Amino acid sequence: MESGFLHQLVQQLINGISLGSIYALIALGYTMIYGILKLINFAHGDIYMLGAYIGFVCTSILKLSFLPALIVSMIGAALAGMVIERVAYRPMRNAPRIAILITAIGVSFFLENVMILFASPQPRTFPAVFTATVYHVGAWVVNSQQIVILVSALVLMVALTYIVNQTRAGKAMRAVSFDADAARLMGIDIDSTISMTFALGSALAAAGGVLVGIYYNSIDPLMGMVPGIKAFVAAVLGGIGIIPGAMLGGIILGVVEALVSGFISSTFRDAAAFAILIIILLFKPQGLMGKNIREKV
Amino acid sequence: MKFVKKASGIALAAMLAAGLTAGCGGGGGGEKKAADAGKEIVVGVNAELTGNVANYGKSMLSGFELAVEEANKAGGVDGKQIKVVTADNKSEPSESGNAATKLVTQNKVVAVIGPATSGCVAAEEPVLTANKIPLIAPCATAPGITLQKDGKTKPFVFRACFIDPYQGDIMAQFAAKDLKVKKAAILHDSSSDYSKGLAEVFTKVFTANGGQITTDEAFLAKDVDFKASLTKIKATNPEAIYVPGYYEEVSKVIKQAREIGLTCPMLGSDGWDSPKLVEVAGKEACNNGFFTNAYTAEDKDPVVQKFVKAYQGKFNKVPDVFAMQGYNAGLILFNAIKTAKTTDGTKLAEAIAKTKDLQVANGKLTYDEKHNPITTALVLELKDGKMTLNKKIGG
Repeated sequence: MESGFLHQLVQQLINGISLGSIYALIALGYTMIYGILKLINFAHGDIYMLGAYIGFVCTSILKLSFLPALIVSMIGAALAGMVIERVAYRPMRNAPRIAILITAIGVSFFLENVMILFASPQPRTFPAVFTATVYHVGAWVVNSQQIVILVSALVLMVALTYIVNQTRAGKAMRAVSFDADAARLMGIDIDSTISMTFALGSALAAAGGVLVGIYYNSIDPLMGMVPGIKAFVAAVLGGIGIIPGAMLGGIILGVVEALVSGFISSTFRDAAAFAILIIILLFKPQGLMGKNIREKV
Repeated sequence: MKFVKKASGIALAAMLAAGLTAGCGGGGGGEKKAADAGKEIVVGVNAELTGNVANYGKSMLSGFELAVEEANKAGGVDGKQIKVVTADNKSEPSESGNAATKLVTQNKVVAVIGPATSGCVAAEEPVLTANKIPLIAPCATAPGITLQKDGKTKPFVFRACFIDPYQGDIMAQFAAKDLKVKKAAILHDSSSDYSKGLAEVFTKVFTANGGQITTDEAFLAKDVDFKASLTKIKATNPEAIYVPGYYEEVSKVIKQAREIGLTCPMLGSDGWDSPKLVEVAGKEACNNGFFTNAYTAEDKDPVVQKFVKAYQGKFNKVPDVFAMQGYNAGLILFNAIKTAKTTDGTKLAEAIAKTKDLQVANGKLTYDEKHNPITTALVLELKDGKMTLNKKIGG
């Protein structure tokens, strides 16, 4: 293998980008909710898990195909996100931030344990919604599922960017995020805007959950814990509160993990991911995309 | 609210009643024993009957109960009937010590079987050693539990299963000699002592047999993406990959390895033993997979089948490996009581240590000087989603 290094590099990039696009999907929800409420929603990883389970029920019991299952799961998670916001966070709107943070951790444990109670802690096998075709491009291997993940993630991110930048609701979200009091004075319904943000963020996380279920073939009630933390890192890396930052952060994190496991050692994978976070925060505390005039959501 | 109160009142009453009867039973047993001294032998089982590993403890107890039933039907051991007293350690080491104390002081047992997990055994052991009562842990695999801090063997502690490193040894030899593999890669779980220990022994034995380890990669429990590590492994062109670990991660490793075009044999350990492995990885991906285990109900050996049938007859389900080891622990103990002709703890422990070529459910069993049994090990092969016996070692 003469071109061994280059060959491996490209293959690891493929691995990293498909993993990173999932981190990006979850990170988007984190970043949107932080942008509008200044709340780190620790339950977000569990919404991702909830989405995966709704997708599981759709495909294995209701026998839906990929797209309908994805849409049902996104709607289900969006509703769940709105309910959580209404029940757990809205009453705390004027409480100190630490209280809301702890509420978020509580919601996270609640979702995990309710799922353990109803669905058992055993991992479930996700039904194969489409057969995985393996493509050999030159010497590189790409899986049809990796392509589906990447394409779905891209489509969703484009849709989100459109909603935030071009629609009235998006405008309201940006306004509330910029200055909630001023937005209220301008006649924007803050509560419903926040509700809308939770719905959008949760729907994206659910899409990530379904894609992961299909890709790795197995889901369990605690599957949201680690990706939740990783996505949080991705969101901070890109600049929390900034939508393109979350996408960039997610992809960078995935690629770094793949490259470190591939070329240094798999034991340093997580250490490297967090080391990069620390370095970026030292030199650019606002995150990669953080600018002086921040366009937040 | 009223209903809740009432319900909890009933529950409380029930618990009290249960406690009372249990207390009476225990006390009664004690008196009876004094009266019938010489007619029955009381053996304690300290098991995980509730808590997170309750299924291990329950299986182990069922296996042991079968051994007791067979022994009693055959006229008892040394002319005496065996009586079993159980204590639940709730899958917690702190409760395990209490359970052992209860068995020793209240029930006056002559030996204790269990618990199933190494942590609970370690917590129970000081109580039994202080009282000079032998303990057989059917399925505790941590190498340290039979050894003192200075490396000497604990006189009263035995196990009925092989220790973790033994599996790595068996698989390394199988890879080098049977599969004729020269270059192997390792992918181990660096968050588990079990996996790390196996990887270490595999490396040692495999290289001693002329093999070469191309790379040793690591992952963490709960990881889901292994493609980066597997891509790296693929670039080293191994002829086999050793993945000691539990089925949750291993199933995904196998699936993803096949997806990136790694077709070589996948080798593993008893953590693979679960129907979920094939379910998640897929039948085809599992082909060319081999792992070590102590036992399989699929083994056509008449000795094994006799045990499987007897167990199914009593409990109406296929015995798992914990049940088999619980059963073996019973056979080891009864054999020792027969040869020692006494239930004195010290003499009984000496007799257990001398167990040689004893016929047990999965073959023959002999103790080494560290109180670890030298017993049957199997290499199982995955074929079209079924676990089939490929090779039997020892026993």
